[in-house]
Amino acid sequence: MTTTIGLYRSGTSVLHRLPAGIKLSTLVVAGFCSILVRTPAQTAAALVVVVLGYAAGGIPLPLLWQTLRPLLWVVVPLAAFQVIVMGWVRAAVIVGVIVALVLLAGLVTLTTRTSDLVDVIVRLSRHLRFLGVSPERIGLMLNLAIRGVPLVIELAESIRDAQHARGQVVSPRAFAVPLIVGALRRADEMGDALAARGFDD
Amino acid sequence: MLISVTGVTHTYPGRPVPVLRDVDVVLDEQRIGVIGANGSGKSTFVRLLNGLVVPSSGSVTIDGLDTSRQGREIRRKVGFCFTDPDSQIVMPTVAEDVAFGLRRRGLTKDERASRVKGILSEYALDQHADHAAHLLSGGQKQLLALASILVTEPALLVMDEPTTLLDLRNTKMVAQLVADLPQQVVLVTHGLELLTDFDRVLVFDEAKLVHDGAPAESIKLYRDLMT
Repeated sequence: MTTTIGLYRSGTSVLHRLPAGIKLSTLVVAGFCSILVRTPAQTAAALVVVVLGYAAGGIPLPLLWQTLRPLLWVVVPLAAFQVIVMGWVRAAVIVGVIVALVLLAGLVTLTTRTSDLVDVIVRLSRHLRFLGVSPERIGLMLNLAIRGVPLVIELAESIRDAQHARGQVVSPRAFAVPLIVGALRRADEMGDALAARGFDD
Repeated sequence: MLISVTGVTHTYPGRPVPVLRDVDVVLDEQRIGVIGANGSGKSTFVRLLNGLVVPSSGSVTIDGLDTSRQGREIRRKVGFCFTDPDSQIVMPTVAEDVAFGLRRRGLTKDERASRVKGILSEYALDQHADHAAHLLSGGQKQLLALASILVTEPALLVMDEPTTLLDLRNTKMVAQLVADLPQQVVLVTHGLELLTDFDRVLVFDEAKLVHDGAPAESIKLYRDLMT
């Protein structure tokens, strides 16, 4: 019952030492530049660069596969659709670019502490103070959201296990109701924990 | 710290029956145990001590600070450990969660890092500093929850059934850890053997404080109540 959410791999590589702001900016720029990729050769070059990035960051190949695996549910049907509609060249470019961007995002999170990523967003949100935005609250909200993902996944897994143990047929309502109630209860408990630790405002 | 609970009755909104009735007690011992059946009011009682629950009537003061008016000051001095560590670990990684409580304490980044490193090392969590908190074992999570509270150096530590979800080995580990703490401790537990060396044990039953005394006599009375 473990998830890979928020997986930072400690290390001392160049990528680990690079400031989080630069890594996030690179990711944003790469996202914009992806629309300029037109040929399979350019796509292959982008993929090679990203894979070399994993090597430079000392990230083991199984982790690269772990990052990619959940994406298969999207890219395989997408590739089939694109091959039929636009031909294999366009399909290879579109799917290749998506895979490269997801792997690049994975590389950023694998080599950057969550707190450093959140700090960048908090620093950027300081410019929005004039709109009444509280950077500290944004940081806390992001951290709680990241922390909440594995908790909700574990809750969903335990509800599914309980249903299987009782031999129940999978029913969306029987799954959703305890999931929502459990998530709300957990949120309530986390609110108490925040208050107990002095964050009650 | 001097804990003073005076004429406290508490009813949660929307519930017809009080969960605590007419509780009067003054506590200043180092080790205070709280026992009672499920729903007897013991968890509500300890939640009063750091202002998580403000009484419907009566007052609670900690070293003269009133929990209904000075909750923030009190929470800087009173740490609270919940039953389920998953509910109180609020940050994604181990080191981040320990560092979280040190915000708003006026410490420099280096001072915070030094305190985090020190406490993680003390609780043998240093090799997990950058690990995702949800990947720790149950015992390690409870250790992390405790480390995250103790790094803020509270004068009083309130613990609400911290060993309920733990196996025997981890229960013993937490019990030993509590025994070695320099802080004043108020411990709610169903593990009666944890209270043997305590100074004073309170027994709650049906929303009332029914006994207050030495561990042996309190535990005997509790066992009698449960039969």
